[in-house]
Amino acid sequence: MSPHPGASPAEPTGAPVARPVAWPEAAIGLGLLVMAAVVAWQTATMATSPMYAKVGPRVFPYLTAGGLALLAGAMVVQGLRGGWQLAEEREVAIDWPALGFVAAGLLCNVMLIDLAGFTIASTVMFTLIAHGFGSRSPLRDAGIAMVFALACYFGFARALGVNIGGGVVELSIERILGG
Amino acid sequence: MDILSQLGHGFGVALTPENLAWCLLGTTLGTAIGVLPGLGPALTIALLLPITFKVEPTAAFILFAGIYYGAMYGGSTTSILLNTPGESATIVTALEGNKMARSGRAGAALATAAIGSFVAGTVGTLGITFLAPVVVGFALKFGPAEYFSLMVLAFVTVSAVLGSSAVRGLAALFFGIWLGLIGIDLQTGQARFTFGLDELLDGVNVIVVAVGLFAVGETLYMAARRHAGQDEIIPLRGSLYMTREEWSRSWKPWLRGAAIGFPIGAMPAGGAEVPTFLSYWLEKRLSKHKDEFGTTGAIEGVAGPEAANNASAAGVLVPMLTLGLPTSATAAIMLSAFQSYGINPGPLLFESQPGLVWGLIASLYIANVMLLVLNLPLIGLWVRILRVPPPLLYAGILVFATIGTYGISNSVIDLVLLYVIGIIGFLMRRFDFPTAPVVIGMILGPLAEQEFRRAMTISNGDWTVFFTQPLSAGLLALALVGLAGPKLYTFARRQTLRPARTPGDA
Repeated sequence: MSPHPGASPAEPTGAPVARPVAWPEAAIGLGLLVMAAVVAWQTATMATSPMYAKVGPRVFPYLTAGGLALLAGAMVVQGLRGGWQLAEEREVAIDWPALGFVAAGLLCNVMLIDLAGFTIASTVMFTLIAHGFGSRSPLRDAGIAMVFALACYFGFARALGVNIGGGVVELSIERILGG
Repeated sequence: MDILSQLGHGFGVALTPENLAWCLLGTTLGTAIGVLPGLGPALTIALLLPITFKVEPTAAFILFAGIYYGAMYGGSTTSILLNTPGESATIVTALEGNKMARSGRAGAALATAAIGSFVAGTVGTLGITFLAPVVVGFALKFGPAEYFSLMVLAFVTVSAVLGSSAVRGLAALFFGIWLGLIGIDLQTGQARFTFGLDELLDGVNVIVVAVGLFAVGETLYMAARRHAGQDEIIPLRGSLYMTREEWSRSWKPWLRGAAIGFPIGAMPAGGAEVPTFLSYWLEKRLSKHKDEFGTTGAIEGVAGPEAANNASAAGVLVPMLTLGLPTSATAAIMLSAFQSYGINPGPLLFESQPGLVWGLIASLYIANVMLLVLNLPLIGLWVRILRVPPPLLYAGILVFATIGTYGISNSVIDLVLLYVIGIIGFLMRRFDFPTAPVVIGMILGPLAEQEFRRAMTISNGDWTVFFTQPLSAGLLALALVGLAGPKLYTFARRQTLRPARTPGDA
């Protein structure tokens, strides 16, 4: 239907040529099936008042679980028949080191933001992500990150009236400026 | 006429120095994020949602609308010079625009895109001005059953009809609806899917989901395929003039593009992809220079789709403002901004908040003029933004993502949720799931549930209410056609054309 340029027909339409099973796609279908089951189970264990027996808080969750299960089933079938991932996408090997550095950056951010404050956490995250994307001058990146994070903290966040967790760095700068 | 006096009043609101400043800020920011690959209006407005606690609604929506329109202008610059469409709506612009740039006519391509965006944006805004009151008059007759059926229709069109696969689009939609269900059910006080976490009682914040999908997911995706070909930026040489011939080849595609884009955008289906492809197909068919298509780049192939794109962006605002029905991710986030103010978009909005609605519409006219100036004489500035190195760009995006998310309530759980949704977004990108239905389902799902329960309460629990009321039944029938139609069509074609070649319509 939608005329994507260069897109091969993604749907396996029962073509006579048998294609190998696409495990990632089948796994996605199975994962969604599990999710549908969890949604249904959580809905079933909801304590509901009989007062709302007609259309209570469970109708939509059940519909959602049913819809998800149906679609997940269709995806498992599609996966077993060869999957739908575009050939172009399948052929691009995932750059695991790059992804690893980005993930490490995110993890550091989560662990540091409460302990060390926004600026330090962001500086570490920024430097790791820039490294993941191929930048090879960590000190320069860290410098840019520090300035950028401070500008964000004092400019953007303050302007929006958002409190984003000041740490040692932010508080000492505020103290220097304030006193 | 009544509409004109209302619009005049709106200009009175929009032309105050303060609101003009918001409009300028929005259009500038919008152009910048439109130019930057990886950033879009939905993400930007989501990151700026906290502003709704500080600024009065008119100013905030003038800002958001400026970002929305600006991103449409900026996206074409990236498509033309970098061949990396900033958004799905500018894929087609990249087809011919980048070819034009490669053959040394980048200036003309940028000019026809900007002027075409202006023409179509203005036509589209005129369309909003005169169509919206009509839709309002119609929508006032809607009851809960009709609203629910209309939402079902919108669900089907945004997820099943427009994407590359109905199964994946609907799965994304249901995932979004489920995210929207998390938290306390407002009618019964029942907590749903909170998994014992108090943080989830208020529901999952739309900022977390939008930023997770569009910023974190995008960054992971780009990191994973870092070596999959870097596009070079084509230097902008020469001036931005269009020759007499280029003008005469452009103006008809602009108008045709606007005529295709606005109605499709204004339908409760939305989406800019279909009108841009339609316009491209039409211009290719009508052009006297068919040999330039796909070779040196045909100016009609930039002018038409770019106009269609902007007109449909304007059209999307019609169902959003008059029915409270968002049909794109950006519109869904704007709807959540309305909710954050306690304002319900819908037919009553035009009566309860005339200053806001008409001020917003007037500001769209002003935004278009500003954007024309920002995107023609100042184009060199945006080309420079295009040169931000990707490592710094993506690292910076994730710092902004932290501010937007951690700033909500200083909760690390929000950050973890953000990254989990980012991983889901990465998988969705890699396995060709559309992400916009997630955001639309999340915002529209709870509203659909509300209308559903209202309708059922009125009908005393009678399920048939959705089928016995003619309008509601008609809308559901349309949804069914949208869902089953394409499948039946392919099936029928395969039955009749079995031995023929593979259906190749592209």
